[in-house]
Amino acid sequence: MSLFLLSLAAFAGAALCCLSLAVLRPTRQRARLANLLGVLGASAGSAVGLWAILSTPFATPLEVTLPFGLPVGACTLSIDPLGRLFLLPVFVLGALTAVKGAFSLAHELTSHNLAVHWFFFLMLLLGMSLVMAANDTVLFLLSWEIMSLAPFFLIDFHDSEKQVRDASWIYLTAAHLGAVFLLALFVLLWQKTGTTTISSPETISIISGFSPELRSLLFVLALLGFGAKAGLAPMHVWLPEAHPAAPSHVSALLSGAMINAGLYGILRVTSILSLRSTPESWWGWTLLVLGLATALTGIFKALAQSNLKRLLAYSSVENMGIMLMGAGVGLIGYTTKNFWMTTFGFAACLYHMLNHAAFKGLLFLGAGEVLHATGTVNMAYLGGLHKKMPLLGLLFAVGAASIASLPPFNGFVSEYLLALALLDAPRLVGSEQQVGVLLSLVGLGVISGFALALYVKAYGIPFLGTPRSGFSRTVHAPTPLSLWPLVLLALLCLLLSLAAARIFPHLAGAVSSSFPPPHTWDVASLLQDATNGLSTICLTSLGLIFLSLLFLLFRSILLRGKKQEVRGTWSCGYQESSPRIQYTDAGFTEPSARFLKTLMGVTATVRLDNDIFPKESHLSVSAPPRLIRLFYTPLFQGIETVCNALKIMQHGKIHIYILYILVTLCVLLIWGVY
Amino acid sequence: MLFDSCLFLLLVSNFLLLATPHIRQMTKYTALQGILLALLLLLFGHTILTVAVLLIKGILLPGLLWHTQKRLPPDSLICPRKLAAFDVVCGMAGLAFAIWLDDRLIVTQELFPPLFLSLGLTTLFCGFILIIGRIKAITHVIGYLVAENGIFLLGMPLMTKGTTWFELALLLDVFVAVFVMGIAINRISDSFASIDVARFRSLRD
Amino acid sequence: MSQPLLHALHFVLALLLSPLLFGIINRVKAKVAGRHGKPLLQTYFDLIKLLRKGCVRSDCTTPVFTLAPCIQISATVLALYFLPLGGVASPAGFAGDFLLVSYLLAAGRFVIMLAALDTGSSFEGMGASREATFSAFAEPVLFLAMIVLTSFYMDLGHSEAYAFSLGTLFGGQSALAWLNGKLELLFIPPVFFLLLLVENSRIPVDDPTTHLELTMIHEVMILDHSGPDLALILYASTVKLWFFASLIASLFIPPMQIWQESLLWLLLIFLLAVILGLLESSMARLRLHRVPALIGAAGMMAALALILSQMR
Repeated sequence: MSLFLLSLAAFAGAALCCLSLAVLRPTRQRARLANLLGVLGASAGSAVGLWAILSTPFATPLEVTLPFGLPVGACTLSIDPLGRLFLLPVFVLGALTAVKGAFSLAHELTSHNLAVHWFFFLMLLLGMSLVMAANDTVLFLLSWEIMSLAPFFLIDFHDSEKQVRDASWIYLTAAHLGAVFLLALFVLLWQKTGTTTISSPETISIISGFSPELRSLLFVLALLGFGAKAGLAPMHVWLPEAHPAAPSHVSALLSGAMINAGLYGILRVTSILSLRSTPESWWGWTLLVLGLATALTGIFKALAQSNLKRLLAYSSVENMGIMLMGAGVGLIGYTTKNFWMTTFGFAACLYHMLNHAAFKGLLFLGAGEVLHATGTVNMAYLGGLHKKMPLLGLLFAVGAASIASLPPFNGFVSEYLLALALLDAPRLVGSEQQVGVLLSLVGLGVISGFALALYVKAYGIPFLGTPRSGFSRTVHAPTPLSLWPLVLLALLCLLLSLAAARIFPHLAGAVSSSFPPPHTWDVASLLQDATNGLSTICLTSLGLIFLSLLFLLFRSILLRGKKQEVRGTWSCGYQESSPRIQYTDAGFTEPSARFLKTLMGVTATVRLDNDIFPKESHLSVSAPPRLIRLFYTPLFQGIETVCNALKIMQHGKIHIYILYILVTLCVLLIWGVY
Repeated sequence: MLFDSCLFLLLVSNFLLLATPHIRQMTKYTALQGILLALLLLLFGHTILTVAVLLIKGILLPGLLWHTQKRLPPDSLICPRKLAAFDVVCGMAGLAFAIWLDDRLIVTQELFPPLFLSLGLTTLFCGFILIIGRIKAITHVIGYLVAENGIFLLGMPLMTKGTTWFELALLLDVFVAVFVMGIAINRISDSFASIDVARFRSLRD
Repeated sequence: MSQPLLHALHFVLALLLSPLLFGIINRVKAKVAGRHGKPLLQTYFDLIKLLRKGCVRSDCTTPVFTLAPCIQISATVLALYFLPLGGVASPAGFAGDFLLVSYLLAAGRFVIMLAALDTGSSFEGMGASREATFSAFAEPVLFLAMIVLTSFYMDLGHSEAYAFSLGTLFGGQSALAWLNGKLELLFIPPVFFLLLLVENSRIPVDDPTTHLELTMIHEVMILDHSGPDLALILYASTVKLWFFASLIASLFIPPMQIWQESLLWLLLIFLLAVILGLLESSMARLRLHRVPALIGAAGMMAALALILSQMR
């Protein structure tokens, strides 16, 4: 535990140093120093933190109460297996994105005050680590606020652009509306239990005595508050705005680690509400249905995007939906005392969380490299990048295959676990429940089918083919040395798949520590089944790699001494070919868009020149965020109108203001009497 | 085995009715339903009724519809395809609802063989879906027939010797109704040059 | 003979015989059209010829283009290994292996679509885009059909680990179940047959022999592959056809003597090839925007089977 505190101290210390640099006048030297300080602080802190959670046995909880406390509540930190799992992406991605950030920020030494940026980056890391470890209401809310505020300044890095400023405001609004519910949740919890400790045997026993209505209220508050952070539909609107605006290393960290905090909160609160008492049956169903809706929204909107980073952001929404589906089916299993469903559901949720951190970090960093190399992430302008940057292309391909859940990479393992959990539906009581869960597995099939199409597009259009415009013709290729964080993440994608049989027992342990099984459940045989399957998957993955290499060898032996020519692509007889006739991203998704127009929200505008000899025509395809336009903007405008109407009270006449005070006083007196 | 297959085929014929956009096909499926109903009656042991149902539902009514269609222009015998997919989904929801209801109604357990009640309800729903979802007057007649088949199915296990005449009378009633509608459709197609029900709107006020 | 050895024997048999299916289909089509037709072994000759050739590569391709056929054939062969072949369950089977199999096939599609985009040709991009869409529609239907089978075996009271593996799902118990009143299982073979048409790009989904690139799906994606690469792709598609044919055949094989089962298995697969040939000579390709309706019909059938089997 002292190691964990040391890592927190490293984050805080480096942040303070950056802060002191930030108030000085920025110069080139200071910017360089801040860059160095920031990356050293982040990586050292992360390395120590990683050591802290990996060196001690996984199942033993760590706990410490700091002698100096907050004015209210105690500074209690505790790390249980669930917290450990959620800390892993924080530290791994924290270190790797910091390194990648330092490489890319080295080009912006003079244009921005880097010390400020690094200060908030470190604060974000500190906030996230504290959130996963805090065991005290006040400390939790405080670190939640640090974690929520810091990204605002990070997203706002290129604050000269209006889009970026708007995006960061949307983020801030979403984060704070969520925080309102959390405040209500924790204040209610504090009031009813009489202690600020979140999870201890005493609080658990008090909570288990709550009425079902109260517990449901707490669950709903947690769902709304944490759901806003996790990007639960329809509260996901901030993600596709904030991620494209932020610098790529920040989007990688936000998407891979920060939105997990929302999931962590939901799991934690559900866990303390269901320990020692059965959860209400509709909780699990709510999570499952919302998760499915979130995932479907995410995948269909992602399919319609042409901005690579926006596409990845929507895909984060989709993946968060898959994780919530896992949590939902796990909770359904826990409610109905189904061990198979509980373990596989929650384990799928946690495994997908780890996987998502690995591949989404990789993909966002890769998109950042594309942006850096070409100046755009609009796929319609890109093409042929693999040829210019082979290593980056390979890494992005690995990321794409992983997130499309293809063996031999990690995405498959978590979808497999989730499907196993959902398949157990015939064990439930009541045919509508069985069919409901089974149909959500069909939903998973839809999601994974379209994820495949999505990532063929996300990798194929920008990286393969020939350059579609000047952007990708003059490429500013990254040095291979600066890509090693991506290489590590790609290796992690492979490792998380090959070591699945080793990782799963830890996940199952984390699940049973948060949702303890009754003694009657046969843990050993379930672990045996799971390990059996996962090790075969691992062998098959290795077999796939090995066989492919074998066929490659076979092919090259066959071709030895034969004629191997390189010619132009066969263009079916057309002589005058142009890169512009290649399929674009919009063209690629056109068949899907034709059938799923309403779901994808695609709008196409065509302007044709109707002369006899047409000169120039114009076609644009876009997928505007409908939810903001049709729901949130009218909602906030309505609130604004109401508030403006209330301005009648604010007229600037001081003597009337005094009257308000008098009236309030009188009303309070009367209220006090009754 | 034969009984189960009959029920199953009836169910499948419902969905085929919903899925096909061709009115000719729909007529054939209605005839199939009539024959299957007659077969079911035979298995229940009502010989007189079997003959009557086979005659009326299996031969006369579809024959009448077939005859009417011959006089209509061929392009008026196809419904829009998009509606068909939607109808099938609705029918499936109807089936799920019927089975759900079957689970909840405890009274009927000993009266109805398994799947019988839900099949009757589904047939009834499918008839209504056909009436609501399609715009041709002739599909209304078919929908009416299918709905009536559903009611007939629901009544079948309740039949005793005494009610046979009642059922026969009902059958005759249906026959007259369809007969009248068949004549009406002929007249409609003469005076409106189409059998779209939407054309009836011009009749108001 | 032991179980793994028997399965390996059937596996090798499948790998050896799979090119024969194309020969049978072509022969049937030719006979129906009144021609004599290509030799039955034509696909073998094609494969050998292609393997002996050199290759031409487009100048805008990357290693993705060369790797794709190798990965696709490996994924397809591995997927076939997990199937019960000739009534013998795969020794590698485990709970939920049908997911691994369907994702292995997806991996094969993924790399081929990427290779198509890699050539920078608008035609191949078109093929990739269609394949991506249609396979995305087909995936949930495959899941649905598998779910019907898993819940059937769960209802029989088997444990999860047993009921979720392909060896059980296609182990032949369902072949007799519809005789005992589980009539909804009759929907499953047609569903798999429609999936076979979609996944293998056969008529009425896609016409592999058409001469117009604009109307193709699968064939247009591999326009630029040549020599051994094309041989690998061609072989992979025969193995894939065998895969789906074997799935359907396994649904009909009741538990019998081993030699009877394997004989029936081969017979049914060849019969399916004949049916495919007859179908292809009697139907035209559907218009592209009608293909999802076909997949939708398969989905409806599977959903109907699920509702019926689950709700009583």
